[in-house]
Amino acid sequence: MHPPESRRPQPWPIRLAHWANVPLLAILAASGLQILVAYPRMGARGRPFALYPFQDAVPPSWLRLGDWLAGARSWHFAFGWFLALNGFVYVLYLAISGEWRRRLFLPRRDTRDAVATLAYYLRLRPAPVQTGLYNGLQRLAYTVTLLMGALSVLSGLALYKPVQLQWLTALFGGYDPARFVHLLLLALFAFFTVGHVVLVALHPRTFGEMITGGRKPDA
Amino acid sequence: MPERVLTRRRVLLGAAALATSACDSQRPRAGFLGVMDRFNERAQSAFFHPTRLAREEPVEQLTPPGDFPQYFISETVPLAPAGWRLEVGGLVARPRAFTLEELQRLPRTDYRIRHHCVEGWSAVASWHGVSVRDLARAVGADPRAGFVEFRSFDQGYYSSWDAPSALHPQTVLAYGMNGAPLIPGHGAPLRLYSGVKLGYKMVKYLTTVRFLPEATGGTWEDRGYEWFAGV
Repeated sequence: MHPPESRRPQPWPIRLAHWANVPLLAILAASGLQILVAYPRMGARGRPFALYPFQDAVPPSWLRLGDWLAGARSWHFAFGWFLALNGFVYVLYLAISGEWRRRLFLPRRDTRDAVATLAYYLRLRPAPVQTGLYNGLQRLAYTVTLLMGALSVLSGLALYKPVQLQWLTALFGGYDPARFVHLLLLALFAFFTVGHVVLVALHPRTFGEMITGGRKPDA
Repeated sequence: MPERVLTRRRVLLGAAALATSACDSQRPRAGFLGVMDRFNERAQSAFFHPTRLAREEPVEQLTPPGDFPQYFISETVPLAPAGWRLEVGGLVARPRAFTLEELQRLPRTDYRIRHHCVEGWSAVASWHGVSVRDLARAVGADPRAGFVEFRSFDQGYYSSWDAPSALHPQTVLAYGMNGAPLIPGHGAPLRLYSGVKLGYKMVKYLTTVRFLPEATGGTWEDRGYEWFAGV
């Protein structure tokens, strides 16, 4: 497998998986917040988690989907499988197409560039020379997001089946810790989405590429 | 008085939503969500394993007294009628009514496990009682009865179960909690408890157990909650 340097910036499977994530994440987040309303605290009964600052805070209704607990659970469990499937197919595509070389963070290759790019964003250093499709910091961000998606699905399964999949629930430290991790990942996704949209707005060309696929570098 | 979430008002509101609102409170659900609901019911059956046990919790995980919620749908704590008996019938060789003393003479099951509520909270208590499996043996339940229905004197609260979950070794008719006799707030004299279902499947204030050839619904199931509701 040759490095995909003569490829378009965004092959169609990447674009498809990317845009499928938009409604899927929105549905999962909004129905998840409606589920949270039924018990808007973290920790077991009589043992609230002191580290959770929003005990008993109810998310606003415009952020919620499903009307009530049973409806929200229907949405959440209907589309959770598709989010998992989308992620699974995406990872499979990265692996067999060789795209992982352009997109995933490889510490030995990318750490120095990630630090240099961060220093540039903090106005500490001039812009590093951009080589390839993504810089080290972007690769780090996208790789962390992929791991977050996997952890979201796994912690969700740990909550869905805390007895049948008790080995998985135990990996998260038990049912209530898994619930905390599940919500924490939603918060991290929200932060990522804001940063992602801001950076795309600053670099509009990337938005076009994620729609059309962009041009081959040698074209 | 602990907070009660499943009050009569909530139930009436749910019924009103059933009559007025969109697809989110109708069962069986139409459209794509309905297709996925049915898929998930099959998926949940596939996840279920008849010999997999809920983890025994260490004693320090016990939920402090008063923090284990007491849910019932009546306005006030339901109290057992005089001369209470548990009626056991349906597809059984020897249908009969049991007094509490008679149930206590059947083999006893004890465990301390985590409770998973559909609302998202969990709590730990220990329970003791007679397993539905031992009760089924005592009355000669027909193995072809694929479902078990549990009914109560809490305004007719009921729930029907798939037989494999009902006959799981950790599904018990509990007459005791945390080493003491069951109190009215938690379903006295007899309640269903299980390691393999969400809380709303565990009918309190039991009056009848029937082994049946098909599924009936359930108080919350009829209003739109999942019927299988395994954990």
